[in-house]
Amino acid sequence: MTPAVRLRVFLIGVAGLAAFYLWGLSGLPGFGRYPGPYGLIISHVAVAQTNATGVVSAINFEYRGFDTVGEEFILFAAVAGVAIVLRALRGERERPPADEAADRDLPPTSDAVRMITLLFTGPVALIGWWLATHAQASPSGGFQGGVVLATAFVLLYLSGEFWVFRRLSPVAVTDAVEAIGAAGFVGVGLAAVVMGLPYLKNFLPLGTVPGAVSSSGTIALISFFVGLEVAAAFVLVISELLDQTLLIRRDGK
Amino acid sequence: MTVATSYAPSAGLMDALQVTLLLMVAAGATAVVLVRARVRQVLVLSAYGLLLALLFLVFQAPDVTLSELTVGSVLLPAIILLTLAKVRKREE
Repeated sequence: MTPAVRLRVFLIGVAGLAAFYLWGLSGLPGFGRYPGPYGLIISHVAVAQTNATGVVSAINFEYRGFDTVGEEFILFAAVAGVAIVLRALRGERERPPADEAADRDLPPTSDAVRMITLLFTGPVALIGWWLATHAQASPSGGFQGGVVLATAFVLLYLSGEFWVFRRLSPVAVTDAVEAIGAAGFVGVGLAAVVMGLPYLKNFLPLGTVPGAVSSSGTIALISFFVGLEVAAAFVLVISELLDQTLLIRRDGK
Repeated sequence: MTVATSYAPSAGLMDALQVTLLLMVAAGATAVVLVRARVRQVLVLSAYGLLLALLFLVFQAPDVTLSELTVGSVLLPAIILLTLAKVRKREE
């Protein structure tokens, strides 16, 4: 295929895409107009029904909780895939990162980077924990809290303390936390079934004050489990990649 | 249904913010594609993640903002940088 022909095929494709795109856009409701009934209904009834003032969390972990189980297992399966692909293959072995090239030292992490990252590690971990445990009261939730918590571990690595990162997140523990998080979500759903209720039905007391930490029943509990799962999942991905970069060498190299 | 609060910015201001950020996100996405040096591209991607987070904020989705802020501007760039480091080591 000559460049001229390729350009012509491309232009035909672009013209077709543009035509369909504009046709589709012309049928959309006006900007900011929401034509469906569900959003309005839920924003009217959610706080009264669940005692969660974080209505987004109420939707994620209650009204469409079953969808969220599926989403969580997408992440779970993706991380399992990363772990399998990035294992030490035949002909590769793990070696401590030191003694690779004795004649050239790695430049030490600069004091400025060390100070900033170490300064932020604690507050970031705290914010992550707070987000994951306050889904019922704020626009946060397990996913947001989990990724912020995982960022605290990345900061620890950036501060130049790979071995501290490793010691604080041993692979066995991270694996276990991820499994507990994923199983906890499913388990809360099954507990409802055991009591003769529909799967994921909110069976815990909803509390009396909307938006209090103790309110919203299973919404807060599920958010906490999701936080564990997501934080452990991202720490696992990062630590698998760190292993690949820092530890795993091909034999004879 | 609109909720009027004393701290709510005027509708005109919000429109201007939304349009500005939409344009900035379009420019940012183009910039990510146009930068060809790999490590530099990751840094631009990280800044683009920040822009997206701001976009979600002015469109009143603070929950998505929180996710995008960390995933888009910290974790994804970190994952790509580590992958680049590994690939470069193998090429040596």
